[in-house]
Amino acid sequence: MVQVSMTVNGRASSGEVEGRTLLSSFLRDDLSLTGTHVGCDTSQCGACVVHVNGEAIKACTMLAAEADGAEVTTIEGMANADGSLNVIQQAFQDHHGLQCGFCTPGMVMSAAALLKENPEPSETEVRDYLEGNLCRCTGYHNIVKAIMAASGQDVSSIAAE
Amino acid sequence: MPKDSGIGASTKRREDVRFLTGAGNYTDDINIRGQAHVYFLRSDVAHGTLDNVDTSAAEGMPGVVKIFTGADFEAVGGMPCGWQVTDKHGEPMQEPKHPVLAHGKVRHVGEPIAAVVADTLAQARDAAEAIVVDISDLPAVIDMKAAVSDGATKVHDDLTSNLCYDWGFVEENKAATDEAFDKAAHVTTLELVNNRLVANPMEPRVAVGDYARGTGDHTLYTTSQNPHVIRLLMGAFVLGIPEHKLRVVAPDVGGGFGTKIFHYQEEAFCTFAAKACNRPVKWTSSRTEAFMSDAHGRDHVTRIELALDAENNFTALRTETYANMGAYLSTFAPSVPTWLHGTLMAGNYKTPLIYVNVKAVFTNTVPVDAYRGAGRPEATFQLERVIDKAARELKVDPIALRRQNFVTEFPYATPVAVEYDTGDYVATMDKLEEIADLSGFDARRKASEARGMLRGLGVNCYIEACGIAPSNLVGQLGARAGLYESATVRVNATGGLVVMTGSHSHGQGHETAFPQVIADMIGIDESMIEVVHGDTANTPMGMGTYGSRSLAVGGSAMVRATEKIIAKAKKIAGHILEASDEDIELKDGTFSVAGTDKSLAWGDVTLAAYVPHNYPLEDLEPGLEETAFYDPSNFTYPAGAYACEVEVDPETGKVTIEAFTAVDDFGNVVNPMIVTGQVHGGLAQGIGQALLENCAYDENGQLLSASYMDYAMPRADDLPFYQVDHSCQTPCTHNPLGVKGCGEAGAIGSPPSVVNAVVDALQSAGKDVTHIDMPLSPARVWAAMQ
Amino acid sequence: MYNFDVERPGTVADAAAAMGREDAQALGGGQTLIPTLKQRLASPSVLVSLTGIAEMAGVCTTDDGQVAIGGATTHGAVARDAASLYPGLAGLASHIGDPAVRNRGTIGGSLANNDPSACYPAAALGSGATIITNTRSIAADDYFQGMFTTALEEGEIITEVRFPVPEVSDYQKFVQPASRFALVGVFVAKYAGGVRVAVTGASNDGVFRWSEAEAALSSDFSADAVKGLSLSGDNMISDLHGTGAYRAHLVGVMTGRAVTNAA
Repeated sequence: MVQVSMTVNGRASSGEVEGRTLLSSFLRDDLSLTGTHVGCDTSQCGACVVHVNGEAIKACTMLAAEADGAEVTTIEGMANADGSLNVIQQAFQDHHGLQCGFCTPGMVMSAAALLKENPEPSETEVRDYLEGNLCRCTGYHNIVKAIMAASGQDVSSIAAE
Repeated sequence: MPKDSGIGASTKRREDVRFLTGAGNYTDDINIRGQAHVYFLRSDVAHGTLDNVDTSAAEGMPGVVKIFTGADFEAVGGMPCGWQVTDKHGEPMQEPKHPVLAHGKVRHVGEPIAAVVADTLAQARDAAEAIVVDISDLPAVIDMKAAVSDGATKVHDDLTSNLCYDWGFVEENKAATDEAFDKAAHVTTLELVNNRLVANPMEPRVAVGDYARGTGDHTLYTTSQNPHVIRLLMGAFVLGIPEHKLRVVAPDVGGGFGTKIFHYQEEAFCTFAAKACNRPVKWTSSRTEAFMSDAHGRDHVTRIELALDAENNFTALRTETYANMGAYLSTFAPSVPTWLHGTLMAGNYKTPLIYVNVKAVFTNTVPVDAYRGAGRPEATFQLERVIDKAARELKVDPIALRRQNFVTEFPYATPVAVEYDTGDYVATMDKLEEIADLSGFDARRKASEARGMLRGLGVNCYIEACGIAPSNLVGQLGARAGLYESATVRVNATGGLVVMTGSHSHGQGHETAFPQVIADMIGIDESMIEVVHGDTANTPMGMGTYGSRSLAVGGSAMVRATEKIIAKAKKIAGHILEASDEDIELKDGTFSVAGTDKSLAWGDVTLAAYVPHNYPLEDLEPGLEETAFYDPSNFTYPAGAYACEVEVDPETGKVTIEAFTAVDDFGNVVNPMIVTGQVHGGLAQGIGQALLENCAYDENGQLLSASYMDYAMPRADDLPFYQVDHSCQTPCTHNPLGVKGCGEAGAIGSPPSVVNAVVDALQSAGKDVTHIDMPLSPARVWAAMQ
Repeated sequence: MYNFDVERPGTVADAAAAMGREDAQALGGGQTLIPTLKQRLASPSVLVSLTGIAEMAGVCTTDDGQVAIGGATTHGAVARDAASLYPGLAGLASHIGDPAVRNRGTIGGSLANNDPSACYPAAALGSGATIITNTRSIAADDYFQGMFTTALEEGEIITEVRFPVPEVSDYQKFVQPASRFALVGVFVAKYAGGVRVAVTGASNDGVFRWSEAEAALSSDFSADAVKGLSLSGDNMISDLHGTGAYRAHLVGVMTGRAVTNAA
């Protein structure tokens, strides 16, 4: 067993894990942060994306032991301090960028990483950046639109209701 | 002006807040104190006799609670099939036994052989590796036509052959149809494959069984689209648990697309094992397991022929389809290639004679069942492809050929048993031509060619039958269930109300859209209405969500229950206002007496119902709660016209979707934002089928596409922004909302236009390509060009 | 996964010592290794994580003008930090996997694994790179020995990769639609001494140099120079996503495009 300590959503968190414990398992099972989802076992779907030391990573493809000492942010840490939706979350709701909600945490975390790197991405840049995030419900249209809207761009010309 | 609330408003979804903050409650988020985990040891061979399963070495391994094999389920019923098809000779289909855990034989890769319950999943898996399984390999039955040839190895030894049924529809039309072909001026023939798909909701299936020894109550938490159906099937047919001792809960469910309709072995196992182990038992599917245990979709091999007269009128249609059932009959599998497919072969056209033959075949593959559209995409694809091919052969405009043959008068009784109540196919095609700017295509093609790319345009129509379904009709067709829907509306004393629906939302937004309807009916704010779904303990018996039925059937039940509420509330108001209830009007949440200034607020009446001091107790019970069951009198028939523009890279064969336009007639629309989103998702799945997705087996029955490394899921950069329109509205004539259903349209309507467009692009370069089987991968398109 | 210990050494020396434990396995970013372990296709007793070794991370230029990349440098860091030093390499790195994978996956991990469809082997072979380990230096031409096979000895750790910087270069990847690995990837690099062309994704023998194209391009660096050339599909990978003949065809197309893009 390995003792791990990390800061998760600003809170010191620690636990004793097996070497094989994935960060996703540690977050879900040990810390009960079940917003981080697991949708595949080949590191492709991206439902488990969280930020480790400010970078988007797939929590199902990182060992909890490797995150020892890290700053981790999950979907549960994304809302504004008063609990209201942050700009990205609000854009997803405003533009119907989610349906079943399962891929959504990973989408929001990837979107946040993108906008940090590239504050005003083009449609192509958004689509490229989402290469590692699968959604089966939305056909991506409204996700791409929501991310562009969250960056402050005018999306009114993009077809929708 | 767009409305800002009620029917027709794009109300933002209330469920989003929990999903966007990580506060959803999916089945895998449920952990019950003391729970154990199960790992299923699954067959790695497609077909073989199960000679021995020796668990002795595994029994004593760390953490093991109990190990189960097929023998433990001998006293238990098998997995039931909910639809019996009668073949063309009037005989019932062949129906094999479907054990919870394999017994005697294994019949597909992934079939569960043993189940290890242990303290942790890792321990369960460790122990499973110590189980010794002896299987004597048998030849794998994979190819459908070979499976039904003489002397073929049988998947089920106790059946007479691998033919589940040989269905003819409408058998009485066969001779006349053949005769029409003999007289035809032109016959177009097309052989095609409708590729096998895996639904792949992003949430893999999960089941958690719990048992309370003190009361004898069972609870199953499961990723289901229809918890009541699971309770009935599992309780009555598999485990022998009466419904009142069995609760099934489907909490937040991460997408379904059909594959979470069915009752699966893992659900029965966890329910059974929770009692046997006296511990909650949890199973979480890995994606790899999902590929070999979730019911697959499609997988038809079809020959279709279209007969036309000298004026290019369609005179007859004849099809022969081999439909893969897989190794066992999944819950609704027999209905998909028959009643959900043959009945749609008329499409949008007034073809007078149609004969459909379907041979359903057992193979050593994962069972196949309904996947978004279910039978209707298969019908649409072959019909719209053969029409396109006919237009090319006859050198006529494919749109003009369609228009010439449209059904234009409604109601229209097709020669394949259904009656379209309403529609306007000319209007949707007009709209498509306008907003897809079809007249500008030639210029766009020239621009593509200047860049060395081939550009193609594909157009098609579709019609579907949804809002499933009239119970008495489907009963005659072999359904072993009713297909009504239910709602209980419970008004609280202070005026808020709860709708308990038998429908289930797993992304469709019922929690937002259903209140929009009631808010309009009563004239109160949507926020006063809450929707409860997914738990058999607090919802009336309902059939769940699939077949684009929730609003058309479940919503209609809700309307009926609300009408009862309003009628009773008017009686209460009449009593208080000292007027006849017939004179009471309800508008904007206020009851008033017609022609007077006397009025009462909604909340005053609801309070009176629960504090019945001034109340007609001798005539009326206190309280304000009503239930309605709604059984539709017909299917609903959404229809539309779609256009796809592609570019094909002639050097690599890669197809890029440049534009996609979908014009749908869904009748009335409650929440346009949600409806548009449903179309988007359907389009992505249809385009995915056309270009990317392919569930493939090798000749030994090994699944070649068993993970996202080989099964190509559509990604954001595979898809464009879509243009979606549903302004053409011919309201359904037989449900109170005039709605038709929108969940499946995109997946039904989109594959043919993609393939039509690619064929158009290749032919524009002089390639003699008339058809390519889906998915149109770069390799296949390139090969077709050589 | 089977269970294992995790070691997180801070120096190459400590890592090498840890690799001396029985059934030890180096762990780079884990983007291939962890999915493999999930399938229980390997059962190391200890994983030696290399990502915490500061001396193995980063991009710099050597005194002789080569671009040196630490073995534990992520694809994302290469895409960013090598962009001005070796644009062709940075471009390749910027399209490996997806952004989250690029934030974890490392060049050393990719080269040690030598997946026949991975991108980095094409860059290393196409650049004539030198793979430096904790014990020696290996020329790329000697390093790749068939799919999933390299010259690495047991316990050997890739600490650095040195790339001679070409005059121009480009990598063209035609993706396998599901995995997004290379169905065919071609790296073309033009040096004063000649052109190198390395192909990944296509061959049953893993990454290889297309010598015929190298000769043609060395005398005429244009897409036209490779138009007439053809490869046999006989020893090419043939699977669900494309036949050997298709892959052989794509090698020609992608080579031409890489040349056009580089020129």
